[in-house]
Amino acid sequence: MTMNNQGRPSAPGTIDNHELATISGDRGLDHEEPLIFEIGRDGMTGVDLPNVQIADTRLGGMRRRQPIGLPGLSEPEVVRHYVRLSRMNYAIDAGLYPLGSCTMKHNPRLNEKMARLPGFGDLHPMAPQSTVQGALEVISELMKWLTTLTGMPAVAMSPKAGAHGELCGLLTIRAAIAARGETRRRILVPESAHGTNPATAAFAGFTIDEVKGTADGRVDMIELEGKLGPDVAAIMLTNPNTCGLFERDIRHMADATHKAGAYFYCDGANFNAIAGRVRPGDLGIDAMHINLHKTFSTPHGGGGPGAGPVVLSEALAPFAPLPLLVHDDRGFRLIEDRDELPAGARPFGRMSAFHGQMGMFVRALAYMLSHGRDGVRQASEDAVLSANYILASLKDVMSAPFGDGPCMHEALFDDSFLEGTGITTLDFAKAMIDEGYHPMTMYFPLVVHGAMLIEPTESESKESLDRFIHVLRELALEATARNTARFDGAPHYAPRRRLDETAAARKPVLRWRQKDLPQAAE
Amino acid sequence: MRYHPLTPDDRLAMIERIGVTSVDALFRDVPASAVVPLSAFDLPDTQGELEVERKLTRIAAKSVAAGAGPFFCGAGAYRHHVPASVDHLIQRSEFLTSYTPYQPEIAQGTLQYMFEFQTQVALLTGMEVANASLYDGSTATAEAVLMAQRITRRPKAILSGGLHPHYSETVETMAELSGQVVRANATPGKPDDVIALIDDKTACVVVQSPDVFGLIRDLRPIAAAAHAKGALLIAVVTEAVSLGLLEAPGFQDADIVAAEGQSIGNGLNFGGPYVGLFATREKYLRQMPGRLTGETADAAGKRGYVLTLSTREQHIRREKATSNICTNSGLCTLAFTIHLSLLGEEGLTRLARLNHVRACALADRLAKVKGVNVITPAFFNEFTVKLSRPAAEVVEALAGRGIIAGIPVSRLMPHDPNVRDLLIVAVTETSTDEDCDALAKALAEVLS
Repeated sequence: MTMNNQGRPSAPGTIDNHELATISGDRGLDHEEPLIFEIGRDGMTGVDLPNVQIADTRLGGMRRRQPIGLPGLSEPEVVRHYVRLSRMNYAIDAGLYPLGSCTMKHNPRLNEKMARLPGFGDLHPMAPQSTVQGALEVISELMKWLTTLTGMPAVAMSPKAGAHGELCGLLTIRAAIAARGETRRRILVPESAHGTNPATAAFAGFTIDEVKGTADGRVDMIELEGKLGPDVAAIMLTNPNTCGLFERDIRHMADATHKAGAYFYCDGANFNAIAGRVRPGDLGIDAMHINLHKTFSTPHGGGGPGAGPVVLSEALAPFAPLPLLVHDDRGFRLIEDRDELPAGARPFGRMSAFHGQMGMFVRALAYMLSHGRDGVRQASEDAVLSANYILASLKDVMSAPFGDGPCMHEALFDDSFLEGTGITTLDFAKAMIDEGYHPMTMYFPLVVHGAMLIEPTESESKESLDRFIHVLRELALEATARNTARFDGAPHYAPRRRLDETAAARKPVLRWRQKDLPQAAE
Repeated sequence: MRYHPLTPDDRLAMIERIGVTSVDALFRDVPASAVVPLSAFDLPDTQGELEVERKLTRIAAKSVAAGAGPFFCGAGAYRHHVPASVDHLIQRSEFLTSYTPYQPEIAQGTLQYMFEFQTQVALLTGMEVANASLYDGSTATAEAVLMAQRITRRPKAILSGGLHPHYSETVETMAELSGQVVRANATPGKPDDVIALIDDKTACVVVQSPDVFGLIRDLRPIAAAAHAKGALLIAVVTEAVSLGLLEAPGFQDADIVAAEGQSIGNGLNFGGPYVGLFATREKYLRQMPGRLTGETADAAGKRGYVLTLSTREQHIRREKATSNICTNSGLCTLAFTIHLSLLGEEGLTRLARLNHVRACALADRLAKVKGVNVITPAFFNEFTVKLSRPAAEVVEALAGRGIIAGIPVSRLMPHDPNVRDLLIVAVTETSTDEDCDALAKALAEVLS
């Protein structure tokens, strides 16, 4: 079997399919579904619109000359198609979704309902400000929650996701350093960091200097202090870190960073472990993005949209990007331009058009109002308790590299318990699919071989956790007993068997094309 | 708290299994002095669904929804009718509450619609390949500029004066880190002269069509001029419905298309979340940012889909990635794909024609109002008018009468004294004849 250097198999293998084939190709409730382009026909539409004809006189000679190539379908056909596709997906609503670092918690439907109120959902971003006061009030209220929970004085609301928030934070730091008349090019990033951290630092024009970890899964303070110097702009730390551990030395780290004239960026992806208990502002952090789609439960939606507001310290607040929101006796007002800046404001620029992910703001605020400060704290406590319950219940049969002490909201295992069995982390994860579970995050963080990172969140009952633990224990015991049947070629019971990712990358097919037509020449 | 299933007894049993005396003991790595009491947070306590709904509904009532009266705002965000089935389908748990499809065997639903989305975007834009979305049109434009800088290894980006000013500012913020950004002067209602700015250091020219003033541009001469100097043409589209009527940028020799997809399937949402469309030529595939879904087969030989070419991406390449993007606009792409599937070829072209016809009718109507001069000669569903008074004042006055007349150009370009009297007016299928009448009458009164 070919593997990469994290021990991940790089080919799917082949299987013999001895199951009884059905005539239709479907199996009970499992329907095969063609592409939308394979089921439509010309002339049909699922939206009734008048067929008006036009003169070309006001199109500047730029009328489209050839057909687009879209299929025509009626509404029932479209509805059935997408309902059938949906049934090939796993979802939090359907089961425990223990993806470490992703915080797959319950998504309350109240939040969906609130975001769809016309006073939020049916507002144009450039409508006169006198007509959008309610929307601005929501942003202001959410800003209050975020700054209060983090103990930070300011927050930039426009970043559209976590990585976009990281970029916003680093550009703020860059502007603050430039305002001091300095140039600092280096950013220190621990080796356990999310991939977005080094990618963002490079994107923002910095060079990345990786900091090694210690044997107990934390940043090596001695190495960190050795690397600090007059050319260091910032350190980027995730806390709790991606090994699921709290960086005990964080205050010392902040002091050393500030003493070297650098800023302390914190990746807030794991804020769900400490929200309502610890304020990052008290730890010496200068900037931290908050993934509203993690800690504050806006739905992940198959990969987005997210929202990544960035809280900022006093030192960085003046450099926050446009637009700014102010409140005075005339009500709420967006400052969208450098002409009317409040005293001291020196925005570095603009992260995107308009004012941020309003739809996500409403959902996050509904979450916060529902929880209250006590509920937010209870959520983080339950998340940490549940992760530790899993760690304590599995560490005797799986291998937990940092299992001696408690973890935060996620429990990290490695593949040393699988050594010699021929079973990989990937096999183990795929066997979980057959048991009805979404696998944990696998092969991340990179500092642990064959990593399995389990984040149960606060949304699971004890019964649900016990059942999950039971299944994982049995799987681990079978694996270590070298009963490989459940693992070879798993999953067996998913809509698809293992997919050939290598072939997909070698000869990319990224769109449907009509087979009998000659392909467009390059 | 209704969202927390653990009972106090459960918690005690769990603490016991873990072998600690309290939950607090699990936080032992956190410096004790950093733990604050609940009273440190000046915030309310937990509330029931009824109370939260009441509070937020009250706040929502403080704004005037676009659907509450005559409404003519565009400039990068458009109010179209979205069929009820779109919003129903995207709220199915299996779409709404799933993560990025990292486990393809149990995420074929997401992966297949992403593949359909990529195909739709490629067809609409006339390009060969499209990714599975970026955050929005403005960030997609910035990513396109960075990609052009990588491909050409040249520093300079030239932005048309007709590019939405927020897009220009976003590009400047991102692209000035690695290069230089030059903006051409805006010439509302007329084509600007970006061609004159192209030189041997130019990585790309960024041209929006229809531009922010509504003007339809012919991209072909700009593409030819750019290509002659070894630069790329980035075409920007902020109103995706226009692609149902206007020549696709891909057929005008654009090298990269960056577009806002909001107007298909997605509501106004006060500016987000939206969906960035991104398409290019196959030869630039490996320089693309963002996720891509590819077709493959499973071990039993069945067709299936996976995320692919991830060696471009941050979780594999880290600091050498083509972009830092991770989260995209998944659910907004689904809304786009479902709405476009419902429309189909026939529906989209009808919708586009209908928008154009309504805009022509309103332009003709407003041209008869004293003090109104339509300055955009060729447009899709949006045009600019010059008023006899500052547009911002007129918009405020009309808002007082329950009419949202459009966007004063001064809000987008406050530094330019020449645009004070300009108003951008957008018309879609959602504007009725009565709405248009009301606008014309109110303008006549305010301007007289």
